[in-house]
Amino acid sequence: MILPWLVLIPFIGGLLCWQAERFSSALPRWLALLTMGLVLALSLWLWASADYSLAGVTDGAPVWTLEFKHVWIERFGINLHLALDGLSLLMLILTGILGVLSVLCSWNEIQHRIGFFHLNLMWILGGVAGVFLAMDLFLFFFFWEMMLVPMYFLIALWGHSGEGKKTRINAATKFFIFTQASGLIMLVAILGLVLFNFSQTGVLTFAYDQLLGLDMPPGVEYILMLGFFIAFAVKFPIVPLHSWLPDAHAQAPTAGSVDLAGILLKTAAYGMLRFALPLFPNASVEFAPIAMTLGLIGIFYGAILSFAQTDIKRLVAYSSISHMGFVLIGIYASTQLALQGAVVQMVAHGLSAAALFILCGQLYERIHTRDMREMGGLWARLPYLPALSMFFAIASLGMPGTGNFVGEFLILFGSFANNPWVVVIATFGLVLASAYSLIMIHRAYFGAERSGEALRGLDRRELVMVLSLVVLLVGLGLYPQPVLDTSAASMSGVQHWLSDALSNLVPTR
Amino acid sequence: MNLLFLTLLFPLLGFLLLAFSRGRWSERTSALVGVGSVGLSALVSAWITWLFSTGALQDGAYIQILWQWMAVGDFTPSLTLYLDGLSLTMLGVVTGVGFLIHLFASWYMRGEAGYSRFFAYTNLFIASMLCLILADDLLFLYLGWEGVGVCSYLLIGFYYTERKNGNAALKAFLVTRVGDVLMAFGLFILFMQLGTLNIQELLMQAPQRYAEGDFWITLATLSLLGGAVGKSAQLPLQTWLADAMAGPTPVSALIHAATMVTAGVYLIARTHGLFLLTPDILQLVGIVGGATLLLAGFAALVQTDIKRILAYSTMSQLGYMFLALGVGAWEAAIFHLMTHAFFKALLFLASGSVIHACHHEQNIFRMGGLWKKLPIAYASFIVGGAALAALPLLTAGFYSKDEILWEAFASGNSALLYAGLLGAFLTSIYTFRLIFVVFHGEEQTQAHAGKGLAHNLPLIVLTILSTFVGALITPPLAGVLPQSAGHAGGEGRIGLEIASGAIAVAGILLAAWLYLGPRRVVEAIRNSAPGRFLTAWWFAAWGFDWLYDKLFVQPYLWLTRILRRDPLDRTIGIVPLLARGSHTLLSRSENGQIRWYAASIAGGAVLVIGILLLSVA
Repeated sequence: MILPWLVLIPFIGGLLCWQAERFSSALPRWLALLTMGLVLALSLWLWASADYSLAGVTDGAPVWTLEFKHVWIERFGINLHLALDGLSLLMLILTGILGVLSVLCSWNEIQHRIGFFHLNLMWILGGVAGVFLAMDLFLFFFFWEMMLVPMYFLIALWGHSGEGKKTRINAATKFFIFTQASGLIMLVAILGLVLFNFSQTGVLTFAYDQLLGLDMPPGVEYILMLGFFIAFAVKFPIVPLHSWLPDAHAQAPTAGSVDLAGILLKTAAYGMLRFALPLFPNASVEFAPIAMTLGLIGIFYGAILSFAQTDIKRLVAYSSISHMGFVLIGIYASTQLALQGAVVQMVAHGLSAAALFILCGQLYERIHTRDMREMGGLWARLPYLPALSMFFAIASLGMPGTGNFVGEFLILFGSFANNPWVVVIATFGLVLASAYSLIMIHRAYFGAERSGEALRGLDRRELVMVLSLVVLLVGLGLYPQPVLDTSAASMSGVQHWLSDALSNLVPTR
Repeated sequence: MNLLFLTLLFPLLGFLLLAFSRGRWSERTSALVGVGSVGLSALVSAWITWLFSTGALQDGAYIQILWQWMAVGDFTPSLTLYLDGLSLTMLGVVTGVGFLIHLFASWYMRGEAGYSRFFAYTNLFIASMLCLILADDLLFLYLGWEGVGVCSYLLIGFYYTERKNGNAALKAFLVTRVGDVLMAFGLFILFMQLGTLNIQELLMQAPQRYAEGDFWITLATLSLLGGAVGKSAQLPLQTWLADAMAGPTPVSALIHAATMVTAGVYLIARTHGLFLLTPDILQLVGIVGGATLLLAGFAALVQTDIKRILAYSTMSQLGYMFLALGVGAWEAAIFHLMTHAFFKALLFLASGSVIHACHHEQNIFRMGGLWKKLPIAYASFIVGGAALAALPLLTAGFYSKDEILWEAFASGNSALLYAGLLGAFLTSIYTFRLIFVVFHGEEQTQAHAGKGLAHNLPLIVLTILSTFVGALITPPLAGVLPQSAGHAGGEGRIGLEIASGAIAVAGILLAAWLYLGPRRVVEAIRNSAPGRFLTAWWFAAWGFDWLYDKLFVQPYLWLTRILRRDPLDRTIGIVPLLARGSHTLLSRSENGQIRWYAASIAGGAVLVIGILLLSVA
């Protein structure tokens, strides 16, 4: 019964936060913190108490560590089916951590409509938790759409407006239309899959385990796979469907950026690992070269545009596109090493991008600009913040000893045997990653001081937030084994579904 | 022996303490932590060296497993320390010379902003460098390799308020990162082919698996060479080192002379078993070294900045080490690495003392006549410079450089031998040009000599080590590295020694003739047409910066400029534009005028009927 609570707690907590504003403006914050703390504690307890080293698949059915099933709409074969395995658990823990941080980083930033803000924040996180747990395609789609609406409000109501036409409403609308349209394509693909299954077996069901391993004619499989892929590609985001991301990040409040970069992008990668690959193995294997090429384009396009930005949050946003390109390559390379690398990279990027956005937010609270042309020489004027930014910039360029290195290098090592050229090109992306990460530090913190006036240092709350991310990222970099062990079974499950398709491919190589 | 991990732990703790002190400590406390941690590390290394020399190891190597880094399938890199004669030599150099430089820095950096930040970075550097040299696994080595790169970056950009220092730091990082990427390819290939990254296993398995010159192993060593030339500032990735002098002078001594830049040499020596399988690549190592040593030597002839002269001489001496590796003189390369660490650290520290005394003046032509005011720096420069120029018998540099030249001769590689001899001639000219210009001639500045133990002790100790005393230290390399062609000595060695000695002396005499007393001849040469051309060309170090700027930097910046507004976003932006356009177009049609509606009904009817008629016909 614990799984539905993971989803329900944020939803209920959100409602309480909303109403609590009547009593005091601090109460919603504390309630939200409590809610996310509870989710984090629950997921950590699940990690400690259950066994995730089970085989990923037995007898052609996925193995779940925990499961919850309840009939929802019987006539269409729709169930409230929640299930947990290692991959879901890692993503849930990430959601919990970043949930707590996004409440904390809004502590001073958000000063109006506090209750409603936390309602939206909690509902986003609840939707995300649902996405990571739902094993019924209809339920998955439900949560997938569920995340968008509160995110739209978060950007539109509490965002910052930039220059010219770059208003927060525009950014929010762009985000909504992109993700909504792609969601519709996925819905069509889901219905197509369900109806095809119905026409073959006579059973109308949305259940993930029953739709797995369905035999489809190549054309049908490819088109349905594309439907899922496009939906995930928008959220991933994959160039050229990325353009909502920089706008959304630049205009969103800090908490919005943290959730967007840290968790929402990961739902797309999760969706590919959970749905697009296992449901459509043959088409995915056939599609892999194209996907990897898109990944390469993303790495370089993101890196070049990141370098060119003057808005510090847009710079980090484009760097996310570059980093997610590695994840895409890892997912479609589909070796054990590359898949595990993709998982680690997802976690590591979640932590490091969240940290960079938090730092950008803290900087904004002090100097009231995100334009790097107006910064410069901040190093001596601020304690801690520049050094911490330097740490995360260095982490994000893939420094060994941080999780980002483990993720990227596992992906590269894992993909090299089958796709040497992809890896050779992708690795040069690391040089460009150094260029954009360090130029950010140079523009913002190096150079002559603009004024001698000292700025307010980080208070304890701000310091604890960022330092805990430092510790997690270094921990992941020096001892990633707990994470790797947790996701191992899920990844071998993904490989199991792909194995036939891959073995058909090998002789032609 | 099991204290080995402490050598690494002390500097790491020092880094953490200093990083979190955030400059609130007094300079004395920061120095105590920063220098003390490296001192403790040096003491542990001394203890380990003693144990090693008493033969505590049966099979010549000690392995200490820290922990399993990660394990995915058969990808199982571990954080393991490996100590043998080679890593012990490096351990001694890094902690010993490193400690002396830290001590000197505690004097040099006094009164500068960011005192504790400086020691935090240098301590982290020592820790990373020790990872690099003690790693038993190439991925662990890569951790140290990238770590020292970051520290180098942080320290070059230490005086961050000047944009040009930041740019120098960025340049150094990016150029070496290109090398790192190449090295990463080597790791990918080796893992794919041999299924392990453990260095000892690689060295054991490779000769069993591959014939000489096999495609994959050639590609792997070529990639490793790419990493090595990046870190060791060899052709074609040498351009960053001269700019790296923007950092504080002790940093130039520590990172950009004595330790980090030798990492490439160490990497090739460590993986010598792979390079032995690919004679072509080994040959290439020698050619790269020979070319770099000449190129840097010529560039050093015309520089005016005291630190840039030393930087080019470092590049040139690293070229000698590569040359030695290329002719299979493994031990000679490491021996020269060690003596070079002594005398180049000495020269940099002494130049730091001079720069400090002259109020941060670095142009040698604005110094002059300093020998009376700065006796200790002068003595250091004379001894260090003599060692750099390989003055016979008295200096450490002579013994190591001579061995390299002899090995080049013994291997029958006459082109490399001549390059080495010519390089030796250049070395003694530019070294003594520097000394004569700075310390002799007319006084041009008011100099104030440095005082105190922290200033004098490192200079004195390194001065002693730069004489033949330093050459008495024999690196315990027997059995670790394969024997070279000329190890047994042979005919012609004495002749070669005399020749190289004569060349060194001739270079010094030439420099004395040119730069002691009135410099009419120099002026005449410099003002002639070819003289002007060569001076400008060599001053720009053969124009590599210009070339790379045109080839890589400018095109990249151009690309970022044209893509800045995200053309793909604009393309997708066409969709809403179209929607909006057709919206305005269609809303025009609803203008409330009866005649317009009647006309459009009529027009529409004609159109529909027309289509019907045509389709029927």
